Amino acid sequence: MTTETLVPFAEAMERYEPVIGLETHVELGTRTKMFCGCTTTFGAEPNSQVCPVCLGLPGSLPVVNRMAIEYTIRIGLALNCEIASWCRFARKNYFYPDMPKNFQISQYDEPLCTDGYLDVEVNGRTIKVGIERVHLEEDTGKSLHVGGATGRIHGAEYSLVDYNRAGIPLVEIVTKPVPGTGADAPVVARAYVTELRDLIRSLSVSDVRMEEGSLRCDVNTSLAPRGSAVWGTRTETKNVNSLRSVERAVEFEIERQAAVLDAGGRVKQETRHFHENNGTTTAGRSKEEAQDYRYFPEPDLVPVAPPIEWVAQIKAALPEAPSARRARLRAEWNLSEADMTALSNASALDLVMETVAEGASPSDARKWWLGELARRANEAGIELSALAITPAQVARVAELVEAGSLNDKLARQVIDAVLAGEGDPDEIVEARGLAVVSDEGELTKAVDEAIAANPDVVARIRVGKTQAVGVLVGAVMKATRGKADAARVREMIMERLT
Amino acid sequence: MASELTRMTAAGLSAALASKEVSATEVTQAHLDRIAAVDGRVHAFLHVAADSALEQAATVDEKRRNGEPLSPLAGVPVAVKDVFTTTGLPTTCGSRILEGWHPPYDATIVRRLKQAGAVILGKTNMDEFAMGSSTENSAYGTSRNPWDLDRIPGGSSGGSSAAVAAYEAPLAIGTDTGGSIRQPAAVCGVVGTKPTYGGSSRYGVVAFASSLDTPGPFGRTVLDAALLHEAMSGHDPMDSTSIDAPVPPVVAAAREADVSGMRIGVVTELSGEGYQSGVLSRFAEAVELLESLGAKVTEVSCPHFKYALPAYYLIAPSECSSNLARFDAMRYGLRAGDDGTRDAEEVMALTREQGFGAEVKRRIILGAYALSSGYYDAYYGKAQQVRTLIIRDFDAAFGQVDVLVSPSTPTTAFPVGERADDPMAMYLADLCTIPSDLAGNAAISVPCGLAPEDGLPVGLQVMAPALADDRLYRVAAAAEAAFTQRWGHPLLAEAKGL
Amino acid sequence: MSITRDEVAHLARLSRIALSDAELDHLAPQLDQIITAVAQVQEVAAEGIPPTSHATGLTNVFRDDEPAPCLTPAEALSQAPAVEQQRFKVPRILGED
Repeated sequence: MTTETLVPFAEAMERYEPVIGLETHVELGTRTKMFCGCTTTFGAEPNSQVCPVCLGLPGSLPVVNRMAIEYTIRIGLALNCEIASWCRFARKNYFYPDMPKNFQISQYDEPLCTDGYLDVEVNGRTIKVGIERVHLEEDTGKSLHVGGATGRIHGAEYSLVDYNRAGIPLVEIVTKPVPGTGADAPVVARAYVTELRDLIRSLSVSDVRMEEGSLRCDVNTSLAPRGSAVWGTRTETKNVNSLRSVERAVEFEIERQAAVLDAGGRVKQETRHFHENNGTTTAGRSKEEAQDYRYFPEPDLVPVAPPIEWVAQIKAALPEAPSARRARLRAEWNLSEADMTALSNASALDLVMETVAEGASPSDARKWWLGELARRANEAGIELSALAITPAQVARVAELVEAGSLNDKLARQVIDAVLAGEGDPDEIVEARGLAVVSDEGELTKAVDEAIAANPDVVARIRVGKTQAVGVLVGAVMKATRGKADAARVREMIMERLT
Repeated sequence: MASELTRMTAAGLSAALASKEVSATEVTQAHLDRIAAVDGRVHAFLHVAADSALEQAATVDEKRRNGEPLSPLAGVPVAVKDVFTTTGLPTTCGSRILEGWHPPYDATIVRRLKQAGAVILGKTNMDEFAMGSSTENSAYGTSRNPWDLDRIPGGSSGGSSAAVAAYEAPLAIGTDTGGSIRQPAAVCGVVGTKPTYGGSSRYGVVAFASSLDTPGPFGRTVLDAALLHEAMSGHDPMDSTSIDAPVPPVVAAAREADVSGMRIGVVTELSGEGYQSGVLSRFAEAVELLESLGAKVTEVSCPHFKYALPAYYLIAPSECSSNLARFDAMRYGLRAGDDGTRDAEEVMALTREQGFGAEVKRRIILGAYALSSGYYDAYYGKAQQVRTLIIRDFDAAFGQVDVLVSPSTPTTAFPVGERADDPMAMYLADLCTIPSDLAGNAAISVPCGLAPEDGLPVGLQVMAPALADDRLYRVAAAAEAAFTQRWGHPLLAEAKGL
Repeated sequence: MSITRDEVAHLARLSRIALSDAELDHLAPQLDQIITAVAQVQEVAAEGIPPTSHATGLTNVFRDDEPAPCLTPAEALSQAPAVEQQRFKVPRILGED
């Protein structure tokens, strides 16, 4: 329940213009932590992946994980950033029980990557989201709050801290402010995070799962009256744990800030907390004194100066960006924007691409994945990619249909059988005898029998009611247990009766 | 006789052990007896590890019996400043906040000494977290100077220095951040070296000022210090600031002890007001002596050295304010006031209030000030620039001479209590030593006589460029040999305190 | 005066040290004296002089992404003031929300 006054979104957009910004944290999928050799397996027993370094024990010292630097450079290059020729780590000093050293080794005014961009497509237009910086830091431990009502901090009696996560490499990606999105602001925010996630996933540097915490998002929102030259005060919203929440958080903040401004008030620059259950934000604990992190260069680490050759190597090995791949496939397959979007939305793009690579036509591949297989996946409540059928198998089925060995109905039976684990399409066709009856002799026999058995239908056909042919086709299909080529059967009947 | 064993040098003991004239167990027992006899008055040790020391000695004896190859320090006792982490022994850093802390890992240097078969007698007293010049800042009582038990043994490695001077151990290790090896060595009449920064591993050395802390050796002779220097130094992959280069040939240089043709520069700025006349006169004699041995002596000006003290007292507290943030009662160490009425922050603040002494609190607050936004450029930032200028002064000087010399500290050992609550007066003890810490080059203090006015030891400081540690030993050994000849006996023989 | 008693109190809070009034009375003048003295660095003409944060000149010190032995939970927790469910038990934290 919120006690905030809100202005309905559409109305707010009539009078105000939003500026948004996003800060995203990505947990890198390195085998070991940022500054020590502890493993990073998700879900391990508490405090079973810790050592003097990541526990911050007195006397311990950090040593930089080279792979984390490489992964970060990969991300920076994919975001079209400049890679620093020389940079340093810095200490960000503040006290919190999940921080073993009570400072975080991060980067301050010398980030590894700067000044890039990511293009985001929303409602037919392309928005170039500027990337201010990409830098590396270490993650904190995790606390369980005990004794309060909901397991949250409020009202907890004490907390239990697990440092397994402390020291895992974290990449922070900060956008430049994004003006000019208008009413699309919530959708743009969501689309940016989605595109960023897909891009990073394609780089194989992180799982980027919001539900597992390997992708975390803070959203900044400000409003200014339409036509104003000056931007409004921005708020930072944390605890945004899903793509949907990104969109809702921006929407809510716009509605809330519009109400504040309408009433002649000033938006307070503050950190707000997003509530998943009702889509609202509430103000964070107000602090007496603003945080002074007292940044200074990390004296236990030496500067990082990535050699040009190394950066070039990383750049050369970058995979095709999702957006580039979409554009390329769209052109290759000659699809409309809408068709392409449908594929993306269904997360079918990879599957279709692989199916095409196995020999199917793009339209066949799309037809199967977005049609029958999507239906089966929805029924089972799973992702398309989780279905027990491979692109190669789908391609084979499409090939068999194309060759006339299977009709659609038989093809669906084959697919069912593959999903049920009966084997490859060819094995199934053989085992179940599902091949289309294309033997003219057999077909002729079945057709003649059907004609003989349905004289009244035949009579109707002969007087011109050709739609009745369907009945005879049905009879033949039934007699052949669905294995006849329906089109050929129709042909044969028409030959005999007209 | 046991007391003879404690009068022997490490080199002498090493030879006697190797030729099986004496066993490691006998040597260890003799030193434990000496500790029992005098440490009640000297208070060099915070923890005497009698059982484990005898076990280590027994292991060495067994290996020798079996004819296994052993390194030169096998069976030689060493005292370890309580700033190094040691498994099986407590590590307090002279602070209440770590009372009873038993680290789960050994410092790299400790591990190497153990592997070399050195026998660790125990942990020595120090100024709390290495902050101080007298050991009066220890939470566990002040150590005493064996020359005069009413005087300080210097600091922060006062315990290690006193242990060696009192014949409780032939060797000891300490750390030097602003002079904390050289100054105690000077006022106790023993040899102490600050190796090149990065030449000895900081892994397992509880951090005071990360860019300055340098572990180093104490011995009663230059050769002994060289033997320990060699055994404890070298690259460590667990320390990112560790230099990957061979240890300079310090032992060979100590044995050669030949300064003919060497160019020696007397630093103009490290003299004058605030320097005790006896210190200056003994220093002058040392310089004449070196000249008589064939060195070429000139005066060299290092104009920015007069800013070294203020720069240091900005940089070191800044780094320590951050390094000491981890002592927050959450994971180890003292926890005060956790009776269920206080939240985590309150428990942290109360614990740190009770667990830290006055000097530590002063430096933490000073550091927080120097790093705070708005002050960073004028204080910390400026100090780092001064540091660059000091490095340039050294570079220019070493362009003209091979080593620089000065007194090690402006006065002889001052009485306990004289400067205890006068921080500025206390800081002056580091006037001569700080420049080398800021620049990261190598420096040694070697006894050069007793001040006529008080009969207390004076130290000659020799400074060499980074990675030229061997030059220190060459000069120090030459001076030591010539002085010992002149005096007729080692200087320590005149110590009357015990 | 380089630093006031209030500023010292603020910095102590920032540093999570619960200074008593008596300590504050004692330390503040000492800190004022020290800060005045260290401010001497501002006399130095240093335009264009790069700051030194590392004396060694080293760069690019890395480790491979290979697992290394770590502590057992028992070792990690052995020195903890309080333990529950194999985690470090800490007093209640006043949170962000």
